[in-house]
Amino acid sequence: MTDFPWLTLLLLVPLAGAAVVALLPRGFARVREVALGFSLLTLVLGLMTALQFRLDSGEQFQLTETYSWIPQFGVSYALGVDGIALAMILLGVVLVPICLVAAWDDVPVGDGRRQHTYFALMLALEAMMIGVFAATDVFLFYVFFEAMLIPVYFLIGSFGGPQRAKAATSFLLYSLLGGLIMLVAVIALYLQGPGGTDGFLVESLTGIQMDATTERFLFIGFFIAFAIKAPMWPVHTWLPQTASEARPATSVLLVGVLDKVGTFGMIRFCLQLFPEASQWATPVVMTLAVASILFGAVLAIGQRDMLRLIAYTSISHFGFIVLGIFALTTVSQTGATLYMVNHGFTTAALFLIAAMLIQRRGSRDIADFGGWQRVTPLIAGSLLVAGLSGLALPGLNSFVSEFMVIIGTFQTYPVFAVIGATGVILAALYILLWYQRVATGPAAPELVTATPDMSLREKVVVAPLMVAFLVLGFYPKPALDLLEPAVQTTLQHVGVSDPVPTDAAAEGSDE
Amino acid sequence: MEFTAPDIDWAALLPLIIVFVGGLLGVAVEGFAGRAHRHMVQVPLTVATLVLALAAVVLVARDSQGITAAGAVANDGPALLLQGLILSLAVIGVLVMSERFGGQSADAFTQAGVSVPGSAEESLATRLGATTTEVYPLTLFSVGGMMLFGMANDLILMFIALEILSLPLYILTGLARRRRLLSQEASLKYFLLGAFSSAFFLFGATLIYGFAGSMRFDVIAEAVRTGVGMDGLLVPGILLVGVGLLFKIGAVPFHAWTPDVYQGAPTPVTGFMAACTKVAAFGAILRVFYVAVEPARLEWQPILAVVAALSMIVGAVMSVRQSDIKRILAYSSIAHAGFILVGLLALESAGISGTLFYLAAYGFMTIPAFALVTLVRSSGSEATHVSQWSGLARRAPWVAAGFSFLMLAFAGIPLTSGFTGKFAVFSAAVAGGGAWLVVIGVLASAVTAYVYFRVIVTMYFGESHGDTVVITPSAMTTFAIVTGVVVTLGLGVMPSPLLELTQQASQFLR
Repeated sequence: MTDFPWLTLLLLVPLAGAAVVALLPRGFARVREVALGFSLLTLVLGLMTALQFRLDSGEQFQLTETYSWIPQFGVSYALGVDGIALAMILLGVVLVPICLVAAWDDVPVGDGRRQHTYFALMLALEAMMIGVFAATDVFLFYVFFEAMLIPVYFLIGSFGGPQRAKAATSFLLYSLLGGLIMLVAVIALYLQGPGGTDGFLVESLTGIQMDATTERFLFIGFFIAFAIKAPMWPVHTWLPQTASEARPATSVLLVGVLDKVGTFGMIRFCLQLFPEASQWATPVVMTLAVASILFGAVLAIGQRDMLRLIAYTSISHFGFIVLGIFALTTVSQTGATLYMVNHGFTTAALFLIAAMLIQRRGSRDIADFGGWQRVTPLIAGSLLVAGLSGLALPGLNSFVSEFMVIIGTFQTYPVFAVIGATGVILAALYILLWYQRVATGPAAPELVTATPDMSLREKVVVAPLMVAFLVLGFYPKPALDLLEPAVQTTLQHVGVSDPVPTDAAAEGSDE
Repeated sequence: MEFTAPDIDWAALLPLIIVFVGGLLGVAVEGFAGRAHRHMVQVPLTVATLVLALAAVVLVARDSQGITAAGAVANDGPALLLQGLILSLAVIGVLVMSERFGGQSADAFTQAGVSVPGSAEESLATRLGATTTEVYPLTLFSVGGMMLFGMANDLILMFIALEILSLPLYILTGLARRRRLLSQEASLKYFLLGAFSSAFFLFGATLIYGFAGSMRFDVIAEAVRTGVGMDGLLVPGILLVGVGLLFKIGAVPFHAWTPDVYQGAPTPVTGFMAACTKVAAFGAILRVFYVAVEPARLEWQPILAVVAALSMIVGAVMSVRQSDIKRILAYSSIAHAGFILVGLLALESAGISGTLFYLAAYGFMTIPAFALVTLVRSSGSEATHVSQWSGLARRAPWVAAGFSFLMLAFAGIPLTSGFTGKFAVFSAAVAGGGAWLVVIGVLASAVTAYVYFRVIVTMYFGESHGDTVVITPSAMTTFAIVTGVVVTLGLGVMPSPLLELTQQASQFLR
């Protein structure tokens, strides 16, 4: 069964789903069910794919498929996953059905084909994000990296809030600019490599010799694109605007999964292909990461709009992820990759629960709430759990990863680790203040009686996320076992060894 | 001195002969067929001529490559590919031109080109059912000139080809049915500036003749290589010839005509002109700079590099300020000319194949884009102001989707031909040491992307505009649009076959 094209199938099913949903006849009543069916089928396939993955394999990439695509350019259609890529793909295929259920009533049925378009775009986006994480050819990665902007653009621009056109354009231009700068680096990288008809394969480009200046320029070309995508301070400005205008389900996929392409790209491309330049750039990148942590957290405290608040918390969390990646220890990087998964679930919960509140109150302004633990106890309770996950409470998922990032970073860069750790305190502030303003205090009596609590559909949305919090919080070992070999491979490429025995990773996670 | 007739390889010239004979037949039809029937005769005649010529390129001319007609004509890989491309683009271009929208004659063209706009003669001619079916033979002559332009291996022949392709275009530009004054103004501007540029070309040709003692490219190349002691004539000669050629592709600073002419000309003519003229002129530029004066590259390469950079920057920046769809496409064509020049400057076979690929990609997205512009109407005439396209996606989802897709291709988003083309020219340029041009290129791409996405934003996210309607095209226009869109997608997803072809065809015979 190893030759079976699992990843291509995983890519094609949501794509076919998108085509089917888009072409369903106007007025068809069960568009959403069909879309959900395809996303669940993808989820099952994703889990089956994961079962094919061998933890003890010596290869960097498994489930590989390589076909020549544009031999004249040296481009192959090459898919394959390591532990990190597989984790991201699984995160994506789990979150998409949840988002589809959460987005069930986003677009009314009777409005022409708008509902068809909405769900078709979500499925197309799912296909793109599987592709971008599975691509092991730099050109193919770039194609998915750019092409996935288009469904997001239309999801924001056609279905978002009042400022949607501006938000969509600013999202697109930021990403496109980063992508185009990366394009120059992609071309130049190929010319540095061995060339030939498969010269864009990651294998062909790993460990090539180039002079230090070229390598640094190429690193910068890739890094800018990934920093915009992640997003890091100071190129983050598109995110709060986009997140506040997009539908929450779109934001979940965008922030929870797609933005991980930025941090994923840093590991896969920046570190693996440009090891020396990565070490050269580490102090600057770490500084930016710490700035993102603090800046995102401080601004999150000051937000009045819930969705913008969540966006800023994400900037802070992405700072932690980048910090862990560039600290270049096994513990910190395993923590960072685990954080990428955890942040996906946490952000999904925050966005979707905030959306439930916003839909009931008709306002995104935190000041319009108060006493909602009496109005909608279930929603308020879930918000608290999701928030505690966001502030990395022990026992919940984010704690493991945040702790690992900080102790791992402390091994090599104690100063950055200490400054970054203050972000944990700020996180407690922005989450608890938010919860306090929304859920505690007196509630308007007419709201208490008139506002329905969580519906069955909403419970279906929230339940799997809560399960993920607890599982990843209490028993992160399977995830760590999946991620750690990939991290070690990356660190071997960079050529660094840990200052303490690598067993620390296992100990750190088993407490 | 005895005159010996040169050997002429007629098989190599067969496609050209077919096109010119078709054009002459078209003139005869104008003389003998009644008004009511001309359209019905001319359109099939023109399309059949083009298809036959295309078949001749593929089946006959391809097997008789070589330099013929006393060294004046080179029938080589690039020439054949350019001819095939021009003919294919001309077929869909003519299909768009022939659109009648249910009327008696082609919708885009005035019924009485010679009459003063708004005069009694004009209304009389309209009442009598006059037609302007001479556009079809004119198009064929222009196509013939374009084909010859890419084959000419001699400066005089190249000049003749330039005139053959240009003169019909000047006339076609002035024949719009609506906004006739704008159209005639565009025609006059195009003619005057075109005449100037032709004169520059001719002057440059004489200087080069003074330098090399011949108009033939192989002799010029040999003279440049060995040096003949008249070096003062060479560089001015190259630059002046270059002015004439760069004018045709609308490169900065010879671009001033482009927006006015693109806007004023009948929209199907704009599409045809934008696609086919660019292909032909780049063919000629490739041949002049790669064959005739290549040994003097150190003299002209920096100047062309500056022209390329300026074209990208000016085309991109100026398009931001435009509010008319046709003018946006005009400035985008200037920027695209810059992108193609970046590939051309690589000065190796990757540069040639990249340039040829980009030309194919650009041609097949431009004609359908202009064809879609003809469908959007407001009170009878084309609604070309961007604000009139607001909310178009709700009323005409297919038109909006098609135009948006083409905009994505113009912007160079992956999985469209625009991206593959950009990648081809940019990678050739980086390999050729032009990384700084590529950096300007990607920044200009980002700016133009803003412009294209603004159009998409207007169509999809804007409120509906009151009196804008979308009319249903005939099967022929639909075919042209669908072909263009399919090719644009195909060259984005599966570009290998054409890349293979352009690589095989990237050797000039010298």
